[in-house]
Amino acid sequence: MSPSLNARIAQVFDEPGCDVNQGKSAKERKKGCTKQLTPGAAAGGCAFDGAKIALQPIVDVAHLVHGPIACEGNSWDNRHSASSGPQTYRTGFTTDINEFDVIYGGEKRLFKAIREVIEKQDPPAVFVYQTCVTAMIGDDIEAVCKRASQKFGKPVIPVNAPGFAGPKNLGNKLGAEALLDHVIGTVEPAETTPFDINIIGEYNLSGELWQVKPLLDAMGVRVLSCISGDGRYKEVASAHRAKVNMMVCSKSMINIATRMQQRFGIPYFEGSFYGISDMSTTLREIAQLLVQTGAPAALMDRTEALIAVEEARAFERIRAYRERLQGKKVLLITGGVKSWSVVSALQEAGLEVVGTSTKKSTKEDKEKIKEIMGDDAHMIDDMPPRQMYAMLRDAKADIMLSGGRSQFVALKARMPWMDINQERHHAFAGYEGMVTMVAEIDKALFNPVWAQVRAAAPWETQDTLLTEAL
Amino acid sequence: MAHVTESKKACAVNPLKMSAPLGASYAFMGLESCMPLMHGSQGCTSFGVVLLVRHFKETIPLQTSAMNEATTIMGGYDNLSQALLNIRSRAQPAIIGICSTGLTETKGDDVEGYIRLARQQYPELADTEIVYVSTPDYVGAFQDGWAKAVTALVSQLPRQDLPRNPLAVNVLPGSHLTPGDIEELRDIIESFGLQPAFVPDVSGSLDGHMPEQWLGTTLGGTPLNTLQALGGAALTLAIGEQMRPAAQALQERCGTPFVLLDRLTGLGASDAFIQQLAQLSGRSVPMRLRRQRSQLVDAMLDGHFHFGNVKVALAAEPDLLWAAGNMLTEMGAELAVAVTTTRSPLLDKLPVAEVLIGDLEDFEHLAQAAGCDLLMTHSHGRQAAERLAKPLFRIGIPMFDRVGNAHICHVGYRGTRNFVYEVGNLLMDQIGHHHPHDWPLPAASRLAALGVALEPQPTPPPDRFAAASA
Repeated sequence: MSPSLNARIAQVFDEPGCDVNQGKSAKERKKGCTKQLTPGAAAGGCAFDGAKIALQPIVDVAHLVHGPIACEGNSWDNRHSASSGPQTYRTGFTTDINEFDVIYGGEKRLFKAIREVIEKQDPPAVFVYQTCVTAMIGDDIEAVCKRASQKFGKPVIPVNAPGFAGPKNLGNKLGAEALLDHVIGTVEPAETTPFDINIIGEYNLSGELWQVKPLLDAMGVRVLSCISGDGRYKEVASAHRAKVNMMVCSKSMINIATRMQQRFGIPYFEGSFYGISDMSTTLREIAQLLVQTGAPAALMDRTEALIAVEEARAFERIRAYRERLQGKKVLLITGGVKSWSVVSALQEAGLEVVGTSTKKSTKEDKEKIKEIMGDDAHMIDDMPPRQMYAMLRDAKADIMLSGGRSQFVALKARMPWMDINQERHHAFAGYEGMVTMVAEIDKALFNPVWAQVRAAAPWETQDTLLTEAL
Repeated sequence: MAHVTESKKACAVNPLKMSAPLGASYAFMGLESCMPLMHGSQGCTSFGVVLLVRHFKETIPLQTSAMNEATTIMGGYDNLSQALLNIRSRAQPAIIGICSTGLTETKGDDVEGYIRLARQQYPELADTEIVYVSTPDYVGAFQDGWAKAVTALVSQLPRQDLPRNPLAVNVLPGSHLTPGDIEELRDIIESFGLQPAFVPDVSGSLDGHMPEQWLGTTLGGTPLNTLQALGGAALTLAIGEQMRPAAQALQERCGTPFVLLDRLTGLGASDAFIQQLAQLSGRSVPMRLRRQRSQLVDAMLDGHFHFGNVKVALAAEPDLLWAAGNMLTEMGAELAVAVTTTRSPLLDKLPVAEVLIGDLEDFEHLAQAAGCDLLMTHSHGRQAAERLAKPLFRIGIPMFDRVGNAHICHVGYRGTRNFVYEVGNLLMDQIGHHHPHDWPLPAASRLAALGVALEPQPTPPPDRFAAASA
């Protein structure tokens, strides 16, 4: 691995905004925060996957993957990150290197590929992603990008996060590093207001940002840039003029928030759009920080008034389900911030959370779970699928909420399942999203299919009359 | 005779191709009690799992040796041997199928040596069969990986001392056959009193059934003892040109003769297959199949109205391209555009002027230039179909925006009938409705009717009288 990537990873690991990291000794910190994976028993994406997830929602940029076909060919256009305009981000670009490139080097092919992309699409910028093979053969994508930027007069941004550098989470941060190094602060916005914020770590999956934006619009708050959901290159490049940063999705891109605080003095807070009370807290924090940075104090009162009306409206709609859902047991297998932020929303709907996974949660996340659920009895650190299956089959839970990969654990146990991770098609953010989520849980639980699929085949039930007749 | 060209672009846009290690892993998924293992970064496996989960809507057993930068530099022996031990102790498979990746091939890991060393160092591995296939990501495509994996299986596992069983038939299906296709073939072959052994058999493992218990490995597929007994068959049927090397390897090892059927979609193609079975079994063709043949003939008569002169753009892996492309032309459609992923001896025999080894951008541009009425490729063709406002008929993997993909059946008389009806119905949807002004008379005719004699002019400008008559 190149020395610059090593240095970059060390920098990412030395994260002042991460409590876990700060709680470690100097020696432990040096080892980094990625757990050593167990060969033959590991799951999850690589650093390249993480970087791509973090940056691909910038919709007007061409995302070019420099590597063999596996990295892009097996994975392109597979997320529901929504765009309100350009569709360039959904086009799969890859150098699809062959054996000769591996032997002679792929830099020339990469340069030509950048030229082709710019000639055909004329995007505001090209993001070039490094992968394992091209990193190993020593292709210097930073040099190629620099040369291409000069030659074509357009930002060509290297994203140096080859898969073997680590897991997906590290890739999120390395993707963020590319923005910090080459994008943020390179363009001045046409105008600024005292109500400008950035939202960091929100990917606009299934259009969730649009469930939240009307609230911000009503408050008069302007989203200067969202990093990266429904993002535009110019907006992200001018993000340094915002008054406040909001960090979504736990720690996935915390380095952007901390570094922008150091560099540009922009205060940040961590918030969530999932759950009614979490949404309200988030709106309050946005208003409070904006007032602190110079917005008129009346913003606080307007925010409270909006929260009161919207909470009441949401609760009224959820109440319709409460009677049906009261006491139904939920098994929640997700990670990070959702392990607690969704819990309070479910409780609001009368559901009982019998377990929540904390495999990908930080110490802080776990504290929050304890706070919300009363104790830590329901925390599941690492449940193998077989155990999940048994738990569902034995009806210790009525429904499982998880990501797409583990859906079959529930379905094969003939139990309801609902997707709450990135591949889902429904939007669950803000007040609107919680109403949708409760409606979806209700739809899943009360589908008449469950009674039918659980019934045994007629020949499996012991019917004495039939056997005698035979 | 088709002219075969390779795309000259440095940048593949909207890839059609998927990687060889994924094709090889998919082949291992058709074995019973098997755990496929990619020797590479965890991302290699993760992308493959997500792709196949979205296609089959089933749990996908696929593990990773979880290589990182240090183990890549030092060599992957420790990771690979740990992966073998962990898989053996956790999932207890009968077979572990290892596929290399771009990462470990570029490093030059000697996996065959590693396996020998691991067997010496860890005698407990003696109860597990280990099959290895070399599949660098930068060489070949999905069907090449599949073919290599099957070749590795039949070169290593069958016993060489078995007596011939005149009723036993080996079937080596190409990667383009669905679980539904394989079920259909089994039915047909068994109806002649023959005993087919499918290698691999994804119809047992990925046909979407409800297992009795939760297993970490594949659920069904070709059992190890069937693999070991392949040498006792009277004949091997290889389905698709891609399976020729595997059939040859089995012949070399066990002396089993083989017949290669390049496709099973189409009346003539199905006749050849049925004739082969009748000869081998010495039985006459069962009434049920005769009836199905007659139904197919009727389907072709009913359907040909809608296929005639329709221009089709088709993008698929070579064997699927061959099957669908020939069937379409046999129905009277014109194969106007053919795009594929990798080399094959069949390509220059396709009924089309040109075959391009390229991507879905080429496909889209060629389809537009040729004025195609129908697009046919996997689900990633959806963006092109939307832009060109043309219908898309989905074939191949991945098909992430459809359910029931495992049960698509396009082989034999019945499967060909399905194909004719499915495509025919899509084409029927496109029948345009006519409007009063669809057939305007030329100006000369209108003037002639008014009694005005026109000066003889070789080519009057088209809209010369348009303004006058308006």
